Amino acid sequence: MDTEIVTIHVPNPNAPTPLEASRKTGTARPEDIESIFYKTSVYVYEVPVRLWHWLNAAMIFLLIGTGYLIARPLPTMEMAEATDQFVFGYIRFAHFAAGQVLTVAFAARILWAFFGNVHSRQMFKLPVWNLRWVRELIYELKWYLFLVPEPRKYVGHNPLAHAAMFFFITLGMSFMIVTGFALYAEGAGQGSFYDTLFGWVLGLVGNSQRLHTLHHLGMWSIVIFTIIHIYAAVREDIMSRQSMISTIVSGWRTFKDDRVE
Amino acid sequence: MPQIETFYDVMRRQGITRRSFMKYCSLTAAALGLGPSFVPKIAHAMETKPRTPVIWVHGLECTCCSESFIRAAHPLAKDVVLSMISLDYDDTLMAAAGHQAEAALMDTIEKYKGNYILAVEGNPPLNEDGMYCIIGGKPFVEQLKMAAEHAKAIISWGACASYGCVQAAAPNPTRATPVHKVILDKPIIKVPGCPPIAEVMTGVITYMLTFDRLPELDRQGRPAMFYSQRIHDKCYRRPHFDAGQFVEAWDDDYAKKGYCLYKMGCKGPTTYNACSTVRWNEGVSFPIQSGHGCIGCSEDGFWDQGSFYDRLTKIKQFGVEANADTIGLTAVGALGAGVAAHIAATALKSAQKKSQAANAAKTDEKTEA
Repeated sequence: MDTEIVTIHVPNPNAPTPLEASRKTGTARPEDIESIFYKTSVYVYEVPVRLWHWLNAAMIFLLIGTGYLIARPLPTMEMAEATDQFVFGYIRFAHFAAGQVLTVAFAARILWAFFGNVHSRQMFKLPVWNLRWVRELIYELKWYLFLVPEPRKYVGHNPLAHAAMFFFITLGMSFMIVTGFALYAEGAGQGSFYDTLFGWVLGLVGNSQRLHTLHHLGMWSIVIFTIIHIYAAVREDIMSRQSMISTIVSGWRTFKDDRVE
Repeated sequence: MPQIETFYDVMRRQGITRRSFMKYCSLTAAALGLGPSFVPKIAHAMETKPRTPVIWVHGLECTCCSESFIRAAHPLAKDVVLSMISLDYDDTLMAAAGHQAEAALMDTIEKYKGNYILAVEGNPPLNEDGMYCIIGGKPFVEQLKMAAEHAKAIISWGACASYGCVQAAAPNPTRATPVHKVILDKPIIKVPGCPPIAEVMTGVITYMLTFDRLPELDRQGRPAMFYSQRIHDKCYRRPHFDAGQFVEAWDDDYAKKGYCLYKMGCKGPTTYNACSTVRWNEGVSFPIQSGHGCIGCSEDGFWDQGSFYDRLTKIKQFGVEANADTIGLTAVGALGAGVAAHIAATALKSAQKKSQAANAAKTDEKTEA
């Protein structure tokens, strides 16, 4: 086998185009490859995407915390007469306000997918019909199961991360937004704006307690995603061949080695 | 069609004064959430309209709806049952029995085709061709279908007729089925509750008689005037909920002080009914007022939501009964252990790689030497 290392920085017309796995799974554009040639890094996440990520993360933490307290309230507090005390009311207000912010941010994020680069659209679709994508997904799984010595390089999300984003955030968060507003509509009252938009959900589920339970289960799925997401991001930052955490801060993806694949 | 007396005629004949009659009209208007301007309209309808015949059939049920109904205070059930509506068939309340009763049913259907209201208490079991509930020698489901065919509208009394209630709870051996899943071609008003509040029941009938149309229904087909808000929305203990003041145990000081029963599993926040406003037994009290949480009896499938003291539905899909928190915490715990194991494996693997590389370097050095 030819052990000569072909790097991407030495002009070599015979060398293959780098990052085949990334290109074939739809996460590297020609201009991204071009960028690697002369800058050693790629601008992946534009400002609105990064802003959304951090705002979304903050809202999710706030929503998990307040949501858990709504289902399992703090011990009874007797600071004043009930008329002058609004502890639980403030917790619920924080939850509703965070939910509204998260929803508006998510709507803006969806809108940005129409204007931003290809990476801003990645989490909204899953290319399951792309056999190469499926193969690389299995390869990435093998990397996590210690079956292959090193992962492939990706400009955008690797297929495994891509699938996690799609199921937990695109679908999972939409589910939380819809069930959340359906629950909010119950308090807002029949005929209210929220009831007009989301009242049908309660009709579909049939029973408000069941709807609460579904929303509650959704919270646990987001908790699970959060753990996986943070662990994977830190681990990939250390173990993989590209930057992770600094990428969602600055937007630039850098690679630790110069090999084409 | 034979000449039927108006409501007012019957009321007067029964010795009800004009003053009492007007009082009843105002009370009914108030109960239905209508303004004072509707009082003369109700009075006018009562004075001029012929009574509407009602057929009241009983399937699988416990008669708690009837028990509740005859305890109505506004308007008095006596007025509704005996005067306002002509309750032509109700095997529990009517004097006739046996063949006589069944003849009365056929007679009413024949006489008022397309004009009577069919009130259904309980529901039909469909397994074994409906043999689990026999009325007059025939399965109840047949009587229901026959009576429904020429009905103007159907009222589903109680949780049984509306959603199935206890006899439809899992595993539902008789396949007890709510009315709207058997009768598909008639307007159906669901008046859920186990039982429904008496004033709600009479209010619904009075509305239909007065205005000659169905009351406004919500998405689930319940009269919006009584079922559009949750118990929680109008609960007199709501300020304690917003303050974060909860009963922590059944016998604690907070229970004595009348704090919110949310932590004791009160289902007020997930139950649509008028208990916290209309209350029971002439407005004397309702469950929360007497210190026990709501059990959500007017909600779809309330027997299958787990304990009456849980605010989360039991999830049975995993073989063992668990609630969302148990499942969530277990999953998070397992995931945490998995992540820890993965970190350990990663560390070992890279240590192994390093020592292999070092060994390889040593052998290289040796061969070079």
